[in-house]
Amino acid sequence: MTIDMAQFHQVFFDESFEGLDIMESGLLEMDPGSADPEQINSIFRAAHSIKGGSGTFGFTNIADFTHVMETLLDEMRDGRRQVTTEAVNVLLASVDVLREMLTATSEDAEVDPERVKAQKAELDRILAGETAAAEVAEPDNAEEAPAANKQTGWHITFRPHSHMMRTGNDPLRLVRELQGLGELTVEVDVESLPPLSEYEPEDSYLSWDLHLMGDVSKEQIDDIFDWVEDDCDLLIDPICPAQKAPPVASEITSKPEPKAEIKSVPAPTERRVGTDRRASGQKGSAKKTASSGGTSSIRVDISKIDVLINMVGELVITQSMLGMLGDEFDISQIERLREGLAQLERHTREMQESVMQIRMLPISFTFSRFPRLVHDLSTKMGKQIELKMTGETTEVDKTVIEKIGDPLVHLVRNSLDHGIEMPEDRVAAGKPETGTVELNAYHRGGNIIIEIKDDGKGLDKDRLLDKAIERGLVPPDAMLGDQQIYELIFTAGFSTAEEVSDVSGRGVGMDVVRRNINELGGNIEIHSEAGVGSSFIIRLPLTLAILDGQTVSVGSETYIVPLVSIIESIQVKENMVNMLAGKGETFKLREEYLPIVRLHEVLGVKDAKAKELNEGLLVVVEGEGRRCGLFVDDLLGQQQVVIKSLEANYRKISGLSGATILGDGSVALILDIPGLIRMAGNVSVAFNQAPRKSA
Amino acid sequence: MASILAVDDSASMLQMVAFTLKGAGYDVVEATDGQYALDIAKKRGVDLVITDVNMPRMDGITLIGELRKLPNYKFTPLLMLTTESSPEKKQQGRAAGATGWIVKPFNPEQLLNTVKKVLG
Repeated sequence: MTIDMAQFHQVFFDESFEGLDIMESGLLEMDPGSADPEQINSIFRAAHSIKGGSGTFGFTNIADFTHVMETLLDEMRDGRRQVTTEAVNVLLASVDVLREMLTATSEDAEVDPERVKAQKAELDRILAGETAAAEVAEPDNAEEAPAANKQTGWHITFRPHSHMMRTGNDPLRLVRELQGLGELTVEVDVESLPPLSEYEPEDSYLSWDLHLMGDVSKEQIDDIFDWVEDDCDLLIDPICPAQKAPPVASEITSKPEPKAEIKSVPAPTERRVGTDRRASGQKGSAKKTASSGGTSSIRVDISKIDVLINMVGELVITQSMLGMLGDEFDISQIERLREGLAQLERHTREMQESVMQIRMLPISFTFSRFPRLVHDLSTKMGKQIELKMTGETTEVDKTVIEKIGDPLVHLVRNSLDHGIEMPEDRVAAGKPETGTVELNAYHRGGNIIIEIKDDGKGLDKDRLLDKAIERGLVPPDAMLGDQQIYELIFTAGFSTAEEVSDVSGRGVGMDVVRRNINELGGNIEIHSEAGVGSSFIIRLPLTLAILDGQTVSVGSETYIVPLVSIIESIQVKENMVNMLAGKGETFKLREEYLPIVRLHEVLGVKDAKAKELNEGLLVVVEGEGRRCGLFVDDLLGQQQVVIKSLEANYRKISGLSGATILGDGSVALILDIPGLIRMAGNVSVAFNQAPRKSA
Repeated sequence: MASILAVDDSASMLQMVAFTLKGAGYDVVEATDGQYALDIAKKRGVDLVITDVNMPRMDGITLIGELRKLPNYKFTPLLMLTTESSPEKKQQGRAAGATGWIVKPFNPEQLLNTVKKVLG
């Protein structure tokens, strides 16, 4: 029977990554010196499962590596070894290596063997240092094995203890197994059988004298008796060629009843459990290349599926009700029809919601990496930092989970590196020595808000501005508001760190952070107060499949503007509009000069009603830190739209991010705000320079 | 066909064991921890129990001990899945009444051979 083990690989990887998360968070919470045994046990269990699974599925390098970690954890669990900060750190680093190994294996890639070796050496070093107890001796019969080759057979005396059958072991089974190894002669000893009145049917009274002839190693015999070696008296003596002939029925005087049923037969070549154990491990690893490719899977709470199934049930009932109504429809039933349709609508909506729910995962999937990150980085930087997380159960779309991780890491690193001061500086500033970084996630108005907040020194406005001027990012005479200065950090090529540290501050990053968040249909704002701290607020749509949109009309066309990009809508007056040389039309909005994008021109709509600015409306939108006013005929209303990909169904069109189908069946295009702003081209960035009236 | 109760908190191991045994025609009942397995075992009889050792709620050795106390499981083969590195676990298992063990890592063929062996 051959079973393709590859079919279990995905589940194995999924649970192993979960196990790694358990190990990591457990290790981070572990208090050196006084660790809770139950906590170590849960870490141990995770390691143990990974080891067991990886061995079984043929990933021997992972099994070997995890084995060393497990040994260390085992000693900690038993109290044989002290939980030291050093050991915890080595274990944490090992979790990382293990994660790399698992990731590489799941992608059919190779992990750097040197790195694995180095980390294993670290573990061994911890294990070797102040070893509390001797290494657990592994049963090893290797030395005896070669000697056994010279034997022509074995003489086995097997005396089961009376309770053996109560362990579920049947002595006869063992005898039968021996028979499978070679030519077996069986003598049964019934001497200890009690009189029938004292006979306990659950006890074992017989013992055996066995002669096994053939090329059998002692290991093979040991394997058979492995399970019962404590439940019987067992003697295994080699038979040398000189005494080859088995002494048949010599001193035993009993009636030979059971002997008949266990006649010697030639040994069938059945494979034994113990003997090919190692060989199979290697065989498994050779098969590895055939493992499945990287299909992404999702683990869904069963209750969500139940809700969905329930909903489908309701839908089927409604559908059959409507079906019956339709078969013999009569105008008098119009009320029931309406009722049925309303029900259908409700069920459809609920079902849509619960299908969306399936893609939703708690943000803790992303947050869980931060305790470790903060622990490692603060140690490295010599800062004392406490991480507070709230709202880890807030659910967001799986794609958001996958894509928001890196931007968040960047922001948290920034807070640690640039935000939180060194302990002595904090004390000097009258703040507690330990800085705080907060990660909060919550829902607000159909959006997910993620806040990264620190109580550090805040952004230094003057320095930001100086730097921007120095780098030619803004003209020297620029008049910028606080918010605009903060926004500067999102400009490509901007870094304020005096020295580029390995934590953050390579000057690539914040612009990428903003772009990544925009790609998810979200935006990011900064609030900062000198000496008090900074906070970054990321606003993301609940799901990427549905969008909260503002429908606007331009001529006979309807477009959708993502609500998240809209700042406000205004009607412009003539005196607000200026022509900037080379920049086109702009309008003044509270000290800011924003470019005007006439949608009907950009998108080539011929029948626009509003050609003059005072005839229509300007929708002020923001994307990638730039703002502009979109000139439209009118606002229609807000609604949730299901996003259909243009690329999948037609092709990518710049300025448009997708399409949707409106309630009346017509197609509306969804505007790609950052794209439109870029298209409008050479428009100035949000921190517009002071205007010069055009001639 | 004989019925087997497979107990493991690791979904991949449990799937592998169950799939292998079902493929060989056995009737397989699955449980994800010792407590759950014990509840199942009390409700219905099985011919063989194969259990992992390290599990949340109730570990495999406690499960074996509890099962042996039940009259229906006095002689039932109870196997544990264990790793080579833990001779002390084997010892504890034996003391609790385990029939034997299958050493991890194992492959489906080894599992089936052992099961055939104990079920006769």
